Amino acid sequence: MVWQVLEGLSRDSAKRLRFVPGIVYVDEGAACGRSPEDRAKTLSEARLVLEAVGFPHHEVALEEVFSLPPSVLRRPAQGPAETQAQGDYKAAVDTFLQQQLVLGAQDSLPPAPGEGQLHHPQGLPGPQSWTAAQTQALCRLFESVKTLTAREELLQTLRTHLILHVARAHGYSKVMTGESCTRLAIRLLTNLALGRGAFLAWDTGFCDERHGDVVVVRPMREHTLKEVAFYNRLFAVPSVFTPAIDTKAPEKASIHRLVEAFLLRLQAQFPSTVSTVYRTSEKLTKAPREGCASGPRCLLCMCTLDIDAADSATAFGAQSCSHLSPMQLPPLPAEAGTPPTPCCPPGPGRAQGADERQDAQAHFLEQLCYGCRVNMKELASLDPLPPYIQAEAQLRSQRAWVRREIQEFLIEDGGDGEDGQS
Amino acid sequence: MPAPPCASCGKARAALRRPRSGQALCGACFCTAFEAEVLRTVLAGRLLPPGAVVAVGASGGKDSTVLAHVLRALAPRLGLTLHLVAVDEGIGGYRDAALASVRRQAARWELPLTIVAYADLFGGWTMDAVARSTAGSGRSRSCCTFCGVLRRRALEEGARRVGATHIVTGHNADDMAETVLMNFLRGDAARLARGGGLGSRGEGGALPRCRPLQLASQKEVVLYAHFRRLDYFSEECVYAPEAFRGHARDLLKRLEAARPSVVLDLVHSAERLALAPAARPPRPGACSRCGALASRALCQACALLDGLNRGRPRLAIGKGRRGLDEEGAQGAPGDAEGGVEGAQGASGDAERDVEGAQGDTEGGVEGAQGAPGDAEGAPSSCDCGASGVRAACDCE
Repeated sequence: MVWQVLEGLSRDSAKRLRFVPGIVYVDEGAACGRSPEDRAKTLSEARLVLEAVGFPHHEVALEEVFSLPPSVLRRPAQGPAETQAQGDYKAAVDTFLQQQLVLGAQDSLPPAPGEGQLHHPQGLPGPQSWTAAQTQALCRLFESVKTLTAREELLQTLRTHLILHVARAHGYSKVMTGESCTRLAIRLLTNLALGRGAFLAWDTGFCDERHGDVVVVRPMREHTLKEVAFYNRLFAVPSVFTPAIDTKAPEKASIHRLVEAFLLRLQAQFPSTVSTVYRTSEKLTKAPREGCASGPRCLLCMCTLDIDAADSATAFGAQSCSHLSPMQLPPLPAEAGTPPTPCCPPGPGRAQGADERQDAQAHFLEQLCYGCRVNMKELASLDPLPPYIQAEAQLRSQRAWVRREIQEFLIEDGGDGEDGQS
Repeated sequence: MPAPPCASCGKARAALRRPRSGQALCGACFCTAFEAEVLRTVLAGRLLPPGAVVAVGASGGKDSTVLAHVLRALAPRLGLTLHLVAVDEGIGGYRDAALASVRRQAARWELPLTIVAYADLFGGWTMDAVARSTAGSGRSRSCCTFCGVLRRRALEEGARRVGATHIVTGHNADDMAETVLMNFLRGDAARLARGGGLGSRGEGGALPRCRPLQLASQKEVVLYAHFRRLDYFSEECVYAPEAFRGHARDLLKRLEAARPSVVLDLVHSAERLALAPAARPPRPGACSRCGALASRALCQACALLDGLNRGRPRLAIGKGRRGLDEEGAQGAPGDAEGGVEGAQGASGDAERDVEGAQGDTEGGVEGAQGAPGDAEGAPSSCDCGASGVRAACDCE
């Protein structure tokens, strides 16, 4: 994709692209368990390639998620940000970075599928560094998640936040990622299996504006992996290989691997499979299904929450019901006239002795969408999470609590005014 | 090491762990819990109003057996009257044994049983005959498409004969998950748009149908049947290995090994899919021949039968001249291709594996677009005597 952009910007291309790009690399070596020497080696290889391309580039390590501000998780109120607002944010973030500056070692990063698109060119990257403590914290975080599936999802989330942050800090308005048609088809099925059916349009569509000011676009989504491979070979595009979190994992290790293997196998038998799945993704809209209004957003993926009531006749209802103690299931009497009682009483039906820790975790989970919830349930406790996530979670649950307290005094817009006790 | 005590009653020893929550329960408590959950689904989804006459699609397999048993237990509380309706597709060596099992169940539970046969309803076409007729097409036989569509019609017909107001089928959560995967792989946006709910309300004369077991996982259904000592038929349909659904099932099994909750996650995703308005199916009308619900001039069953009668079995299957989206689907149940149900209808649950009898396994792209040529014109007949809406069939 970088090569394509390069070509598009060159003087002799027929339609010249009109933006100034930058490149973002994210080093995920810590999550993959690589040694610092390996990472340094890959980084130097990557740097060679990047410098040949000539765009301004920013190298960030995944460890830096531990120094992100909670504002990463907030969606800016206004739509596409004007320059002034961006400038304010940028200034604020710059000061924050200065405060958080820790003397660090070198930067080391393998290539990441990220690229930034700018209004105005930026100079050299700001000071970015990481410490061994952060690396350890990152390793601890990934180890506390047991399954590879949840790890990959967590990695994806953290990476997205990091790239967002870099984009905002340097004033980029769009982020281009290089996912091909094949990868998107795989992701579509994977997200379906992870319970993210409501958000497929955002996760796999061409443009993804759920972060507000920064838009994620996927310009390569029409090209299959094979085409990309051929292109790279024919035009001698240099690339750097680096192991990812699921390299050499057995096929059954995670949902992502399973779906990938399955789809590629099926593609061999029915050659239209990938394009069929891809076309289906084009038919997805971003509107919610029954026009459920814009409610609160998920803490991690920033999509509107897709949770139903706990006792509804849906998959979510079935799961939340079976978690409650079976002693609360009413026996089946033969009375015909009894009104239908819900089999699981809503409200706090959990066992006695819920610690604060469990409470905090419960509150945290409540702020997540279905898919993120399933992933985060694997975490035994919230401690390993980066501070920005914890801070934002606390803030939101605080706000929700306050809102519940004053709910009866609020006047809803368009509804009947409630005036507390008369 | 002795088994832990039951988590619910605390008295008996636990005999199983629930697959979903890992709770240890004794047999009786588990069955109670299972029934309670089905009850909750029915009540919360308002599926079966009191006083309903319910036709239970019974195939003799585990899902319909469990369904019939649970509904029988819940019937006094819900105020339902139950009838068993079994469909005889005419698959030798398979359906006869299944029907014997259904007869035994009906006798044991003292429920009225009605059997409808393809041979009677559809002019002598049994599934074996269909299979022979489609065998020479070179590609896979798509028996399942025929079977599913026709079974829907047969079930509807059987339900009408007993005067039922609702039809229930024994689809479980795994079925729904497989169907979602399958529809995605086939690119069947119309079915995706239609599916995800708990059943269809039944428009324009078709009986409302629902799936009370939809949120129960297959493992639990098997456990329930075991603990209640239910006798059912558990072999695979003869035509099952050719079905496309087998791929989806295979993937689902592996996904479940990686993450046990994936079945419900898929059902949740299916409930929440948002498809563009253009992909949604058109409003249904009525079939010009039989009056059943149809989204084009001919309902799917009539179209398929037409193809068979004219010696062109693949007439109603295949892309047709129009794109996938507008083909949309066949409107609704009466059309025998209900949304995500994949045409399982009454039977088919017996043999888990590569089922086959699951109807729209080939549904997707081949989705059953009404035979293009048949849409217009009054019925006439060709010189060779075959009936059809065109003046001449392709007998020459």
